[in-house]
Amino acid sequence: MADFETVTVETDLLICGGGMAACGAAVEAAYWAKKHGLKVTVVDKAAMDRSGAVAMGLSAINQYVDLNSGNNTLKDYLDYVRNDLMGITREDLVGSIARHVDSTVHLFEKWGLPIWKDKEGNYVHEGRWQLMINGESYKVIVAEAAKNALAEADGEYFERVFITHPLIDGDKCVGAIGFSVRENKVYVFKAKATMVAMGGAVHVFKPRSTGEGFGRSWYPPFNSGASAFFTIYGGAEMTCQEVRFIPVRFKDAYGPVGAWFLLFKSIATNAEGGNYMQDNAAELDKWEPYGKVKPRPANIRNWLMMLDVMEGKAPIYMQTADAIKRIADEAPDEKAAKKKLKELEAEAWEDFLDMTISQAILWAATNVEPEKKPSEIMACDPYFIGSHSGASGAWVSGPEDLQTDETKNEYFWGYPHMTTVSGMFAAGDASGASSHKFSSGSHAEGRIAAKAAISYIVDNNISANVDQGMIDELTAEILKPLETFEAHSGETTDPDINPNYIRPTQFMYRLQKIMDEYAGGVSAQFKTSDKLLEKGMELLAFLKEDADKLAAKNLHELMRCWENVHRMYQADAHVRSIHFREETRWPGYYFRSDKPSMDNNNWLAFCNCKYDKDTGDWEMMKKPVKYISQ
Amino acid sequence: MPSYVIGDKCDGCKALDKTACQHICPNDLMVLNKETMKAFNQDPHMCWECYSCVKICPTQAIEVRGYADFIPLGASVTAMRSSEDIMWTLQFRSKEIKPKRFKFPIRRGVAEGKAQPFDHYPTGDDDLKSPTLMCEPEGLNTERGPVKMDQVPTL
Ligand SMILES: Cc1cc2nc3c(=O)[nH]c(=O)nc-3n(C[C@H](O)[C@H](O)[C@H](O)COP(=O)(O)OP(=O)(O)OC[C@H]3O[C@@H](n4cnc5c(N)ncnc54)[C@H](O)[C@@H]3O)c2cc1C
Ligand code: SF4
Ligand code: SF4
Repeated sequence: MADFETVTVETDLLICGGGMAACGAAVEAAYWAKKHGLKVTVVDKAAMDRSGAVAMGLSAINQYVDLNSGNNTLKDYLDYVRNDLMGITREDLVGSIARHVDSTVHLFEKWGLPIWKDKEGNYVHEGRWQLMINGESYKVIVAEAAKNALAEADGEYFERVFITHPLIDGDKCVGAIGFSVRENKVYVFKAKATMVAMGGAVHVFKPRSTGEGFGRSWYPPFNSGASAFFTIYGGAEMTCQEVRFIPVRFKDAYGPVGAWFLLFKSIATNAEGGNYMQDNAAELDKWEPYGKVKPRPANIRNWLMMLDVMEGKAPIYMQTADAIKRIADEAPDEKAAKKKLKELEAEAWEDFLDMTISQAILWAATNVEPEKKPSEIMACDPYFIGSHSGASGAWVSGPEDLQTDETKNEYFWGYPHMTTVSGMFAAGDASGASSHKFSSGSHAEGRIAAKAAISYIVDNNISANVDQGMIDELTAEILKPLETFEAHSGETTDPDINPNYIRPTQFMYRLQKIMDEYAGGVSAQFKTSDKLLEKGMELLAFLKEDADKLAAKNLHELMRCWENVHRMYQADAHVRSIHFREETRWPGYYFRSDKPSMDNNNWLAFCNCKYDKDTGDWEMMKKPVKYISQ
Repeated sequence: MPSYVIGDKCDGCKALDKTACQHICPNDLMVLNKETMKAFNQDPHMCWECYSCVKICPTQAIEVRGYADFIPLGASVTAMRSSEDIMWTLQFRSKEIKPKRFKFPIRRGVAEGKAQPFDHYPTGDDDLKSPTLMCEPEGLNTERGPVKMDQVPTL
């Protein structure tokens, strides 16, 4: 096999990932590191300008608490998130992010992000918490500030280096290991503290499109479970691994519906014109008290829609034409109406062009003029995205000053946003139970965690102790798929089909089929049960054994192998957590048909889990939900 | 295939060791065929149609043909990005519908490369244990809002 060089990088703070949370972490860490003479290193599997979920851009900043206006309080935000997540939320973490997010947004503007303003100079809101932006270059701008900050503090960044595993010394994280996707190099990063910010997980479940459109998941296919694997394998306690997110979007291309629902006040109906939010309102009683709060929780909105779909009342339509007509009718005269329509048209298309260009192609290809006819919407597939309306991620410490006497012993252990593994911090999709942070809150959380990590390094300024034996073992394990391919591919006339190995694409299909059919994917209409889950676990165990036989033809495929191993651990944690929680709490995300209702007496609690990499055992734990606002 | 390269337009980024499309694709899909010195998408079914490669190609050699398994043929969405704005052209499948053009700003007030990360607001204290982040508390406020925070708020 080709020779691999090992590159060793020693640093103080290592930031794994280059997305929104990582860029926030880089800016803040660089600021404090400069004052304390410390080094910050960022490592991303792609190019920071366009890596992660914001690669394409975004059309809105979804978290802006606007405390400065006096219209909202921190408690308002906590109420909103707690209710949306059906009571399961860490208010200390949500509050921690919410109290900083406004300064992050103000910095975005200083860095050149165009945020819409009205005539008085106030930000234009899409909804209560959302701001409209011209966000094509959102990620480019945020990455630029991060890189400039690193340059000012003598930090460095590596692109196209894929992180596979954490480096662990006893109960401490001492860095990470990975490989270059471009050259035959293994990278060993030795660090005094490590930040996990490698996004969420997509393609754990089978997507709806299985042809060319396979890659058109709503959340990007390059969010492949690295954060989950890193924290799970490192022995960190994980939380809310059952709380997946399934957004409702325009059908097939998954274009955003936010502007239509929030800005244009459009409604959605079933094929017969029935408004499922009204017609199925009786169902809301079952999910009290959350079923009755306004705005209705995202999963409950999904659920009322799915009830119609299951009754055969599809297609479900966004009534775009009605919404546009209503807005035009409100104009004082025809000229004003025309002008308004033109504005709306640009806004509607920009919403797609900024963050889901495929939807613009689909509308153009099916001759959709939204002012003339409605468009179909649909539930996408399940994603792991702790930064949005899901909640999966690592269990992290909250800040001390937001704890009550009740929460202090449960939710605080020293450094804000540090996992239960010493020196391992997490932010964005990587940290759990703090939903609704989105792009801006992920950046803010990266900043909070980075300052805490610098404080940790100053308190524990000892060189990372990295065992060479562990590096050698991990290096062999990481490169094994290349060796396997080289050793056996010549034995058959078709390198795809060979009894000695499995290539990463088929491995992924197998994972997706298990999850789809046993863990409540699209084809199971998001329904599962204890028995299905148990069977799914059996099949996952075979898959886990076969991971040892993954084969890669080149560095690109080697990355695909490890992405799928990462996804598999996310899948394992998910299945076990759904199985552990003996109720249905988020009916629009998944439904346990053997436990079809919510059980607040027993399950108003977090479902946490912990993996032991040496034995392969999982420990499942119930942790109390304690609010700080009431 | 979702993103595709027009052979006549691609010059392989003039045989530089790093082509622009390969550099930027967040999913590591664009590669250069070393024999023809033309780029191609090595795994179209993993393409997000994010247009990062389209926007960065110096010769406008990359376009997107919508996913064939659910998007009818005949439409196109093309992008031209400069350092200040982006121009979009949408052609519908039906030639009866007039093509649409939109131009949106992509930055405001700060030239490309010049985002200065620090010092937009003073930082309240130097204490690593305090909740005050860089540029806080002052950066939490705007000139317009009536509520002035002089420290990071608690509940
Ligand atoms: C279509 C869409 C619409 C959205 N709409 C909005 C909106 O309107 N407003 C809003 O505020 N938010 C929106 N979001 C959500 C927002 O994008 C996310 O909340 C945010 O990006 C999460 O930040 P993150 O840093 O956790 O992950 P990401 O920003 O995805 O970053 C993950 C990073 O990790 C890197 N990485 C992954 N694996 C590895 C590895 N193994 N080794 C090294 N690096 C790795 C990636 O390359 C990337 O740099 C939307 C997202 C999508 C996809
Ligand atoms: S960026 Fe454009 S010109 Fe350069 S290699 Fe890619 S397709 Fe060819
Ligand atoms: S459109 Fe995006 S995902 Fe597809 S090849 Fe281009 S850069 Fe990669």
